[in-house]
Amino acid sequence: MDERDVTLDLLRELLSRQRLGVLATHGESGPYASLVAFAATDDLGRLTFATTRATRKFQFLTAEPRVAMLIDSRSDADLDFHRATAVTAVGPVAELEGEARDGACARFVARHPHLADFATAPTTALLALDVESYYLVRRFQTVTELHMR
Amino acid sequence: MNAPVPLVLPEAEVDARVAPYVGGKALALAKLGRAGLAVPPFSVVTTAAYEAFVDGPLQARILFELERKDVADMRWEEIWDAALRIRNLFLATPLPAALHDALAAALGARAGEGPVVVRSSAPGEDSAGASFAGLHESYVNVRGLDAVLEHVRLVWASLWSDAALLYRRELGLDPLRSRMAVVVQAIVAGERSGVAFSRHPERDDQALVEAVHGLNQGLVDGTVEPDRWVLERDSGVVLEHHAAAREEMVAPTGAGVRLVPLPRRRRSRPPLTGDDLRRVHGLARGAEGSFAAPQDVEWTMRGEELFTLQSRPITTGGADDDGRAAYLGLRRSYDSLVVLRRRIEDEALPAMADEAAAFAAVPLAELDDQGLLAELERRKQAHDGWVDVYTRDFIPFAHAVRLFGQAYNDALRPDDPYEFIALLSGTPMLSTRRNAALAELAATRRRGGDETLAGELEAFLDEFGLEPPGSPGRERERATMAAVVERLASAAAAGSVASGAATGPATGRPATPAAEQGSSARATEQGSGARAGAASRRGPATPAPGRDELERHYLESAHDGEERERAAGLLDLARAGWRLRDDDNAYLDRIEAQLTAALEEAERRGLETGGRFAPRAVALPSPLGRPHPAAPQPAAAGTGPGTSPAGAIAKARQLVGQPAGPGVGAGTARVVSSLDDLRAFEEGEILVCDAIEPGMTFVVPLSAGIVERRGGMLIHGAIIAREYGLPCVTGVPGATELIHTGDRLTVDGYLGIVVVG
Repeated sequence: MDERDVTLDLLRELLSRQRLGVLATHGESGPYASLVAFAATDDLGRLTFATTRATRKFQFLTAEPRVAMLIDSRSDADLDFHRATAVTAVGPVAELEGEARDGACARFVARHPHLADFATAPTTALLALDVESYYLVRRFQTVTELHMR
Repeated sequence: MNAPVPLVLPEAEVDARVAPYVGGKALALAKLGRAGLAVPPFSVVTTAAYEAFVDGPLQARILFELERKDVADMRWEEIWDAALRIRNLFLATPLPAALHDALAAALGARAGEGPVVVRSSAPGEDSAGASFAGLHESYVNVRGLDAVLEHVRLVWASLWSDAALLYRRELGLDPLRSRMAVVVQAIVAGERSGVAFSRHPERDDQALVEAVHGLNQGLVDGTVEPDRWVLERDSGVVLEHHAAAREEMVAPTGAGVRLVPLPRRRRSRPPLTGDDLRRVHGLARGAEGSFAAPQDVEWTMRGEELFTLQSRPITTGGADDDGRAAYLGLRRSYDSLVVLRRRIEDEALPAMADEAAAFAAVPLAELDDQGLLAELERRKQAHDGWVDVYTRDFIPFAHAVRLFGQAYNDALRPDDPYEFIALLSGTPMLSTRRNAALAELAATRRRGGDETLAGELEAFLDEFGLEPPGSPGRERERATMAAVVERLASAAAAGSVASGAATGPATGRPATPAAEQGSSARATEQGSGARAGAASRRGPATPAPGRDELERHYLESAHDGEERERAAGLLDLARAGWRLRDDDNAYLDRIEAQLTAALEEAERRGLETGGRFAPRAVALPSPLGRPHPAAPQPAAAGTGPGTSPAGAIAKARQLVGQPAGPGVGAGTARVVSSLDDLRAFEEGEILVCDAIEPGMTFVVPLSAGIVERRGGMLIHGAIIAREYGLPCVTGVPGATELIHTGDRLTVDGYLGIVVVG
């Protein structure tokens, strides 16, 4: 396996195991971070998450759609420094509408069944982070970049 | 046990209920004592004491050492390095006061009664038919409470010895769970000692006894050849006796033990009489009875009194010959290193030089085809022979450096576990002499002395070149060196490379090794801020002590004249080992160059050689390269077609290896895999390679840093980097594939990190 396949496997493993990520946005008052539930598409090109439109993060990403999302496998122990993997996904976010929203919503709810009501509520926006690059960190300091296109 | 486990247990309280806290060795000794065998009295420092010592920051540091890189990617040298760093952590971490006081109270009486032996007793070490003898340390003839506590820490550290790390899977080593118990036992200064197998490891109906005069450390570590008896297992009748040369014995000295000549009157006598032999065999059979399994027993005799020192189940072993045993065989004692050194310096190196010169004198072009093939045969055989000598003698001799490093760290407890290298570097190496000569050539070029330059270059090639005169190889070598001289000259003109002794370290990178300029590599590195670019984070505020001062500290740490003599001897050995790591490669390369020259001549004539004269490479099997059955399988995550992002490109951003030369360097990568790459090497580039070969070292003074796939602090690249005070990271898996010529690199030689782009 070459570096690309190794990286993709690690990434796939991480994104299929983790349910939550930290979304980093930026707005008038400066940087802001929020914990969100996400679902990744099979080709890893898109991370879908949901938020109600009244939130600060929604305001911020509407004004500045470029965001980062950190997803990691830490368990808050010494071993994390070496065994935990973390990835930062970077790219633009857009709200999903119409058919695209329906398909994505179904996948999101399949991943997070308990969030079905939340995801389908009229006040909730379903958002897609189209990933341009992943930055994968493992063993504390080994860093690999994956540029999606 | 519900109550907390005591830190120390007396012999009488050691039984099966406390097995997990005292380890197999302690349990076996207690059992033998109860069976009525004479066992020297002992106490056990339980795993609870180990736990009290490592829990907290120390444990996190051990994790850090062992987890920063996949151990399967580590070469044996890197494992040794990790073990050395962990050992230093144990030495540098003081016993917490409460633990110290508790151990002192419990062991004071034992330590006060006379010299003791401090032995490892790792839980699981001898379990389930698996015996891993010799992976952990034991120390003989330790005197006084302070020394005992000191050695308890060293035995704890040996839970993470290089040997133990090699067998970590079988041992189930886990920094969060593994623990070590220590047996502190009265020493019996036996006059005759040995081992006894109640059943011959290879013959069910036979037994085996080995014996030496003196203590049995000589037998166990292989420095003293034992007398050997094969007996009929049931009757004890002697079937064979192999007498040893009986020239030396291991005897206790002030602190520790050493090899001494065996008194003449004892040389003619086997260590055991027929009656003794029966008693020793009976002892092994008795132990077998106690443990209901064939035993391997260590024993010693003082007068007519027979003591049992340890007993463990016999394991056949051997089946697991994946190279690890060969690596462990590289560990040599002081005495065997002295012998090796004589063999290498007095015999092998001069003979190699003579042989290369003799080959060089043969005019290949004038030989007829038959003669050329005969010459090829001769050279091939010679080269094969030297490769064998290299593997047998040269590689193990490098252990002198390790032995010294350990002794230095034990004596001085430096913050930097590699401080000892400062005492070794600066011993003139072939490659640094060669580089100094190159700097001279560059000076000639700069002065415009072009008419003499060709002659000087030829003289340089005669002295340092690897290729024989007149060969196509020599043509290529000349072109490469001329290009390098050109680069050095223009770099020196630009003031970015110091040339010889004319410029001091303050102007930039030294062309002469740091240590030869009379200051330690670290001190010089302080002065070369221009190259380092980023501020050096760990640089000492005051200049590091010089080499002479370090040497003085080291020698003064010896307690008496005898110890000091030994310490000086060890330093001398280590310096020889250090120098040889560089020189021996070059000597072997010269022989190989002669073989290659003959091969090229045969090729030129179109002679069919069928590849049978190709030079054999020096290689030890990779101890860890083979996946172990117990190894965790990579997570099965399908990268199936259709779901894989077709356009995705992976790129290494930050690579982790081992910090091998302190400093930070930034520059453009030059991945060197051929002579052409070397020729293209530009001043200020970062040298990226699989492993620095002796023929590559001349570009080192031009480089701003070194990145090597091969790992270890004592490998060629690391040695040269330290000599020149260059930032260096070794042991970067996939370095030459993940880094490309032209990539922008930052080499962090403090942390062992390479940042790409």
